[in-house]
Amino acid sequence: MSNASELKKFNKKTRIMTFLVENLFMVCAFVSVLAVAIITFFIFYSGLPGMIEIGIFDFIFGTDWSPVYADGGFGILPMILGSIYATAGAIIIGVPVGLFTAVMLSRIAPKWLSRIMRPAIELLAGIPSVVYGFFGLMVIVPFVQKFFSLPMGQSLFSAILILSLMILPTVITISITSINSVPREYTEASLALGATKIETIFKVEIPAAKSGILSGVILGIGRAIGETMAVIMVAGNSPYMPTGLFSSFRTLTGNIAIEMGYASGLHRSALFATGVILFVFIMILNLVLMAITRKGGAVRE
Amino acid sequence: MKFHKVLAIIMAAVLMIALFAGCKKDNGTGEETDTYKLSIIGSTSVQAIAGPLAEAFEDKYPGSSAEVQGGGSTVGVTQATEGAADIGMASRNLKDSEQGKGLVEHKIAVDGIAIVVHPNNTLTSLTTEQVQNLFSGVITNWSELGGADNPVVVVSREEGSGTRGAFEEILDLEDMVLQTIVSDSTGAVKATVAGNENAIGYISAGSMDSSVKAMVIDGVECTTANIKSGVYTVSRPFLMLTLGEPNENAKAFLDFVFSKEGQDIIENEGYVRVD
Repeated sequence: MSNASELKKFNKKTRIMTFLVENLFMVCAFVSVLAVAIITFFIFYSGLPGMIEIGIFDFIFGTDWSPVYADGGFGILPMILGSIYATAGAIIIGVPVGLFTAVMLSRIAPKWLSRIMRPAIELLAGIPSVVYGFFGLMVIVPFVQKFFSLPMGQSLFSAILILSLMILPTVITISITSINSVPREYTEASLALGATKIETIFKVEIPAAKSGILSGVILGIGRAIGETMAVIMVAGNSPYMPTGLFSSFRTLTGNIAIEMGYASGLHRSALFATGVILFVFIMILNLVLMAITRKGGAVRE
Repeated sequence: MKFHKVLAIIMAAVLMIALFAGCKKDNGTGEETDTYKLSIIGSTSVQAIAGPLAEAFEDKYPGSSAEVQGGGSTVGVTQATEGAADIGMASRNLKDSEQGKGLVEHKIAVDGIAIVVHPNNTLTSLTTEQVQNLFSGVITNWSELGGADNPVVVVSREEGSGTRGAFEEILDLEDMVLQTIVSDSTGAVKATVAGNENAIGYISAGSMDSSVKAMVIDGVECTTANIKSGVYTVSRPFLMLTLGEPNENAKAFLDFVFSKEGQDIIENEGYVRVD
């Protein structure tokens, strides 16, 4: 009798706890979803009217950015291209270096070496971007200027160097994880058939880890395209079309960060509209990432 | 229970006192002060310091209101001439056509801009025309001015920056300044110029230091004294205009602006004081 009522009481208590905890988790889950929804709404709400006033075509394909003058232009094509060039450059340098590092650490290097190198690489991911920027301004910019004897070191090339460095940890850690998750049988079968270690790595393991590595690359692209502070400090930020590897250029994020302070009226909404374009870029990247991981998952099954 | 009642009464008393205290004109020292009401309209550049000045003025004379509006120097002159505003603001000297209409000029501050280069640059002086040519890209190599055979790298500020607006306005370079490098603060311009022997930039004269070299313009050095007296040409006066002698409200505000307190605010905002 008393046992049964105690059990009932206990059950009731557990039920209440479960209810409370589940709802707490639900609220927590909603916080981030709500944040995304609010930010999305805010960017489009503040940016779209300006974009429509300027004309979407003129905004995206215009090449003249001079928003404070009477007959000023609101074209952000130079910034769109700037972001794309800088990101592409960072991928071209950063991905091979990152991938080879991952191969080395997961397959070739002796244990003691990778025990030293992995924390070092993870540390690279934790350095604040303003520190990267400062390093770029004090070391890379003067180096680029001297080495190539240029009028100035602030350039697309300097930004690419900094960004390559910044995407390395993302590319490396995700590649290591996906190479390590390649089933042992693949490797053993390949070696048993007489393939060398290098052949096995590049013809069996990397293709098997392809979708994971690609995810790392996409995340790296996301980091590079969204990077602001470090790029501002080394890019030169001129609003003109980038004319070459050594020309001063401006990215989409840089455009917003540099001019937000004093902007008002249409200039301000044009900056929000720049945010809309950036948002669309990131959305596309995320969709690509989702497609890749879904496909990768299907293959592994 | 009794404790709660006592607490409630004390709280109510505190609230009442706070309420009455709020009604009294009090500037914190306990003495009552006068209240003023005035409108200030005109140059957006002057607005940048008129805003903080108005805030401090309202703090000093609680209950007063000094309403600051932009619109541009020409609007400031017109509104003051028509008596629509108590004070008009202009960031330039009055044109001939604007003079003789009974406006009284009060120079509240001077905005000076230093043209800066790397300390290793062999040139020490430039003419206004050379400055215009350098910044608009007509002169592209320092050798054209007798300097070293190095390309000129123009360092500018971002769109919307007050310093850039003033620089372009004074030198008649609106929408013509090259933007080879765009830095988003005075400090960044200084750092960029200090780090590149080919660079030339401009900064508010109040922020000069030895990391960069200020050019002598048209034979006049960029010093506070020269800016104050107006002989240094890359500068402009910040004027407050009144129709005839200022009325009671405008006088109280102008007195505040010319007081040490007001001039300190002006200096803090990066402009040259006039007292």
